[in-house]
Amino acid sequence: MKVSRSKSQSPLTLPERMRWRPALALLPVVFAASFAMAQAGADKSASDTRRSGYQDMGAALQKMQDDDTANPGMLYVQLGEQLWAKPAGAASKACADCHSVADMKGVAARYPAIPENSDRPIDLEGRIQLCRASHQQAERLAPESRDLLSLAAFVARQSRGLPIAPPDDARLAPFRSEGEAIYRRRQGQLNLSCAICHDDNAGKKLAGVTIPQAHPTGYPIYRLEWQALGSLKRRLRNCLVGIRAEAYPYEAVDYVALEVFLMGRAKGMPFEAPGVRP
Amino acid sequence: MLRASLLAALLLMPLATAGRAQGTSAGTPVSYTVVDDAIPRPLTASPGDASRGRAIVANRSVGLCLLCHSGPIPEERFQGTLAPSLGGAGTRWSVAQLRLRIVDGSRLNPDTIMPPYYRTTGLVRVARAFEGKTILTAEQIEDVVAYLATLKEQ
Repeated sequence: MKVSRSKSQSPLTLPERMRWRPALALLPVVFAASFAMAQAGADKSASDTRRSGYQDMGAALQKMQDDDTANPGMLYVQLGEQLWAKPAGAASKACADCHSVADMKGVAARYPAIPENSDRPIDLEGRIQLCRASHQQAERLAPESRDLLSLAAFVARQSRGLPIAPPDDARLAPFRSEGEAIYRRRQGQLNLSCAICHDDNAGKKLAGVTIPQAHPTGYPIYRLEWQALGSLKRRLRNCLVGIRAEAYPYEAVDYVALEVFLMGRAKGMPFEAPGVRP
Repeated sequence: MLRASLLAALLLMPLATAGRAQGTSAGTPVSYTVVDDAIPRPLTASPGDASRGRAIVANRSVGLCLLCHSGPIPEERFQGTLAPSLGGAGTRWSVAQLRLRIVDGSRLNPDTIMPPYYRTTGLVRVARAFEGKTILTAEQIEDVVAYLATLKEQ
């Protein structure tokens, strides 16, 4: 109880941040425009009341996300860039052997999507796993492993500033409906649904912390509470644990269905990865 | 109302004794009788303790109250705004009304976001560690009711 309080109290006293600063400072600063500019440039009508979690956090954290030399997620992007070029698996192929980095622009902003020869959607991490299995003949990366998150962060980084754009694929509709049903279903010992907090009570304070609208605009995110980069799945599991519900297994389609629903709900909002969140 | 309470009190006397013996959140919750919008009879034989109740309310992993409510507990700085302040709860509600609102508020309002603190049925996908357990024990609920009853000022 005291632990979570002190974390939310002083999010910037991260030893990580200081440790990573020199390494991050060496990064070529390729991203000059701040997220604030991306927000201003996005086509948002006046009636659109959607808010990214970015808008609900303090100025210090916003600055941390916007500044590539301070955003801890950029360390993972940098690692992902190295992995991207490194041959892997029995095929000894690198991601870069098939894809150009430029081809990755917009990809993360449209996942989850249904891959070729399949009838069910996968998320960005799932896509990376599929490429490893089918093209690289490499073993699966563990969920939430540093390598998987780093590759996802590197790919996601290529979509920063672009509007979230789920594919126009009718086959996604049943998954979107299932995701919405999960979102609205009360569950756990506390008998709460996602919608109760993130639709009905967004903007109010839960234990002093503003409840966001739960738009997945910045995944994978660097969450100060984790002191690590993490996926949307990990974030969803945190909420499930919070309401004392049984978390779905990592490979469960339920997460992807929720993700399909949430990305549709956030359609058109600017993509921020790697986001920073409290 | 008074007559109904007395009747419920007589009916529940043996159950209240069972509640005291239980003393844990595991197992079947003790039975209780709802009269109008209240549970007139305590869930336990021994009376609740307001100072223990305050500690439960303040503890965000036991009572969880301050996640959503604010209350006159100044040492807990980070409080919720999803639900009304607990200040004045003892003026707004009787002890019996407070008891039902904590035990199972959904009996009064099916759309309430207040978790059912003393219910183990009708819940979906409860985490294994909490399966079949109530959020608070009968004793803890009596302690919280005793504390809330002391909150007379808004």
